[in-house]
Amino acid sequence: MSSVTIDKAAPTRTVKLGSMSRDRKWALRWSYFFLTLFAIFSLLPPIYMLITSLKSSAEISAATNPWWVFHPTLENYVGLLTSNQFLRFFLNSALVSIFVVTITMLISVPAAFALARMRFWGSATLATGVFLTYLIPDSLLFIPLFKVFAQFGDWTGIQLINRWYVLLFIYPTLTVPFCTWIMIGYFASIPKELDEAAIIDGASWFQTLTRIFIPVALPGLIAATIFAFTVSWAQFLYPLVFTTSTDQLVLPVGIITTLIKGDVFNWGQIMTGALLGAAPPLIIYAFLMDYYIAGLTAGATKG
Amino acid sequence: MADVALQPDSVGAAQPVRKRSGLKKALKRKSTAAFLMTLPLIILIALLVLYPAFYSLHLATLNKSMQRFVGLGNFEFLFKRDTFWLVVKQSCIFAITAVLFKALIGFIVAHFVHNIPAKGQRKWRGMLLVPWVIPPAMSTLAWLWLFDPSYSAFNYTLSFFGIGPIPWTGDADWARFSVILVNVWYGAPFFMIMYLASLKSVPEQLYEAAAIDGANWWQRIWYVTLPMMRNIIAITTLFSLIVTFANFDIVRILTAGGPLDHTHIFATWAFRIGIEGSDIPLGASVSLFMVPILAVAAIFILRDVNKRGNEA
Repeated sequence: MSSVTIDKAAPTRTVKLGSMSRDRKWALRWSYFFLTLFAIFSLLPPIYMLITSLKSSAEISAATNPWWVFHPTLENYVGLLTSNQFLRFFLNSALVSIFVVTITMLISVPAAFALARMRFWGSATLATGVFLTYLIPDSLLFIPLFKVFAQFGDWTGIQLINRWYVLLFIYPTLTVPFCTWIMIGYFASIPKELDEAAIIDGASWFQTLTRIFIPVALPGLIAATIFAFTVSWAQFLYPLVFTTSTDQLVLPVGIITTLIKGDVFNWGQIMTGALLGAAPPLIIYAFLMDYYIAGLTAGATKG
Repeated sequence: MADVALQPDSVGAAQPVRKRSGLKKALKRKSTAAFLMTLPLIILIALLVLYPAFYSLHLATLNKSMQRFVGLGNFEFLFKRDTFWLVVKQSCIFAITAVLFKALIGFIVAHFVHNIPAKGQRKWRGMLLVPWVIPPAMSTLAWLWLFDPSYSAFNYTLSFFGIGPIPWTGDADWARFSVILVNVWYGAPFFMIMYLASLKSVPEQLYEAAAIDGANWWQRIWYVTLPMMRNIIAITTLFSLIVTFANFDIVRILTAGGPLDHTHIFATWAFRIGIEGSDIPLGASVSLFMVPILAVAAIFILRDVNKRGNEA
């Protein structure tokens, strides 16, 4: 834009510089203005959760200004955190997530190592297959999976449906393909000389994995762990299909099925529950944002 | 373990010792070890992804009580129902509109973040990614409360501008709008992060060269930024298309398909029929209709990913 003024005589030089920095300043101001708008849009629901969670039911139904808390109270938090049912949901969610993360890592790290380093018959096809599996969404598989587990119960007498631990079998189908895929990317980026040196020194494949690959690819491992945790914590469809008894529910399903009683919405408690349910991923995100983003972008950029 | 038998030298006098050493040797062999390391992964994918996927093809050919083979009867039944075509239409509208707006907003916001001094970028990026971090089931509850018919905080605010109460989830068109809005809110940060990462990888010299050639900002975007980001844009859009097309949480919690099935998409309708209506074969048939679109998107993604792999 300012290049048009270049033809002018030399004395205008200072003016031109001034206009350029003024342009820049205005561009910056507009950027900040729109970023603020977008940030408000992004943060509106969580902030509204917080506002509502601090209100008593009387204040909510009085229909005062919804954006302000006139009589802040912690009764919703006290109510939920002393309710055995809610604590049970939290415990179930925590147990499922921790076990799923462990299972995922135990399956995907050795597999990724083998696929990235030890070429064997069909390894390239398998790596592609893993990636394709990652693209299969949960909403495609929930009906056949439900039937598969129902039939498994009929055949063996081991009833898995409506037990929280059935989720330990199902969630890995969501987490393992992606974690394997990004770990293949991280492992493949480790220089070959490193593991060759280890093999020459007499290390076994297993030792190469635990002593060389895992420490070097630790950032990738953390990103994959965070991903596995976030997915298992947030998963909604599978627990909704597979668990129904209130003592077997995980947090998202528990909040929706127990706090909404018929047409009566106890909004104060629902928002408190939602905020507490959103807290673990948010806390992890606050402390490990860079790993979180690394995992997010790795899915499509590593290959 | 078939390798053990193939080794002639392992057959000797001291059978047990030799055998163990043969097994050890087989374990030490690269391919065997590699196979064992990938075995859990193969079992998991075969039993819990591939088997159910093919099983659903079989399920779709059964009648409601799952005792009789009806061939393509379920599909014929679906094709005759108006609701099915409504769901097809809505799924396509939902996925295409949502992905389009996510991509557009993500692109714009990524540019604004890229524009400001590097020092502050982290903070803004951190705030703008929050919608992606909150479990969608939880954040949709907040939206549901914001859209509440009698206590809607949006309607409260809009009433000051003289805009009458909007039936956010009560009216068919508004409900579609709300569902898409929440989906865009949830998905745009993902695009923003991907685009931001790829914006940073565009070499500064290209912009300088363009500026020297007298390109205005629009030409800079059209001839420099977009071609450099082409690959990322394609891959992110396809990824998001798959996820959005298969979305369940947001629609289920916000409208549960209502009013009068006018926001149902494939996943929620399959759930309504298959699990709530306990007609598992019909539900399986409905969700199978997602396969063609997902397959096309997957093929394109795979092509791009492989191409990138060859370049590197």
